[in-house]
Amino acid sequence: MQDLTEQILELVRLAATDLPADVEAGLRRAVEDEQPGSAARNALETILKNVEMARQESTPICQDTGTPIFYVYYPLGWSTRKLKEQIRQAVARATALSYLRPNSVNALTGKNTGNNLGDEHFPSIHFEEVEGDTLAVELMLKGGGCENVGAQYSLPNSDLGAGRDLAGVRRVVLDAVYKAQGKGCAPGILGVAIGGDRGSSYYGSKEALYRQLDDTNPDPELAALEGTLTAEANQLGIGPMGFGGQTTLLGTKIQGLHRLPASYFVSVSYMCWAFRRRRMAVRAGQVSYA
Amino acid sequence: MRKLNIPFSDEDIRALKVGDPVAISGVMLTGRDAAHKWMVETFVRGTRAPQGDDLQVYEAIRPLLKGGAIYHCGPVVAGLDTGDYRFVAAGPTTSTREEPYQGDVMRHFNVKGVVGKGGMGPPTLAACSEVPGVYLHAIGGAASLIAQSVQRVLAVYKLEFGVPEAMWVIEVKDFPAVVTMDSHGGSLHAEIAARSKSALEALL
Repeated sequence: MQDLTEQILELVRLAATDLPADVEAGLRRAVEDEQPGSAARNALETILKNVEMARQESTPICQDTGTPIFYVYYPLGWSTRKLKEQIRQAVARATALSYLRPNSVNALTGKNTGNNLGDEHFPSIHFEEVEGDTLAVELMLKGGGCENVGAQYSLPNSDLGAGRDLAGVRRVVLDAVYKAQGKGCAPGILGVAIGGDRGSSYYGSKEALYRQLDDTNPDPELAALEGTLTAEANQLGIGPMGFGGQTTLLGTKIQGLHRLPASYFVSVSYMCWAFRRRRMAVRAGQVSYA
Repeated sequence: MRKLNIPFSDEDIRALKVGDPVAISGVMLTGRDAAHKWMVETFVRGTRAPQGDDLQVYEAIRPLLKGGAIYHCGPVVAGLDTGDYRFVAAGPTTSTREEPYQGDVMRHFNVKGVVGKGGMGPPTLAACSEVPGVYLHAIGGAASLIAQSVQRVLAVYKLEFGVPEAMWVIEVKDFPAVVTMDSHGGSLHAEIAARSKSALEALL
């Protein structure tokens, strides 16, 4: 089996230092919507300057390099045990090279391991066997500030007048955006899962974030809701950094998960503007990045 | 853009209003969750007895915080193996987690500038009026850019808290921020929260 430690290290470096094109394009559009000289516009201009600098200098876009979340899609023949070892080694090396901040601390003592290697869940690695001959590794670096403003609702929710339907979903998601204010580093991107159990629902909300910002949900009802939620969240006027302004969200991504008849969860993962996610593909020994 | 030097005078602080962009120069101290909890429990409320180098660190940080600034930041630092430290990425962290401690820390140490992101609540706003102090909002995520304003790392205390949670003494030049809470009771965060709440109610 091919050793991919070096290639995964490059995936981590790219994720930490080089903002994906779709996110940068969203930020560039957002600048144009803000009044010249406003705090919101200044914030976005600073953000874009920082994005360019991080790319040029190969330094982290944000100092909170977050939880490294890996999704590995492997064809038959790869050893997940070896891949996991290589991912962990790459993460430790990326930390030594200052692409990542040492972010893994003991839950009880708070002691930092110093190399981003914690227990089985840090870094977070998911494996799934797939058809075909391409190995794909998706990586997201999700910071703590935005993770802390994520929310999960159990519908119905009478306080918010939210029933068990898409109208109810709309109400609770807008509530989550309002409660987040600027604390998750707006403008944000929402990953939303409808359904599942409490655990799978939160995972689903993160999986939704691996989609491209400018793609269209294949489900027309969800596609419409994604557009509505982004537009309505932007009417809240929270704006970049919570300074007030036109752009509170750059986008919304929703997926449904089968659920129990008794449960109707809506889980919201808030991703900050520093939406660091990268993909690596390996086919016939050739490695490519997106 | 108003230039400000650390330590701040009361006049400097009273002259600042919500919305003012500032460029800060001088020596500031980073401190976030572990540092705030440690300062308050050990020295402000005294619910925990000082241990190890606590008292020495206290004596070292007191003059730095007097009229000074505390920065809610967990940096990426190079040179950890040699001790020749350099900030690689150093944007602000979410300040609201320090809400239970911040007012007490400001009063105890006479901290006049709290630098972070996301804003803080009524207890900190009250301390801003009393001390007096201001909340200075840096741009969240702009870590590479902000690191450029860090000229030197002068010292580090409580490295056992881990790199993000340690208290780093840094010399900054033209550190960019915006005043979002002032010493006259003004808070951009309270204003935006109220406005967005009305907007939300109208939508729902």
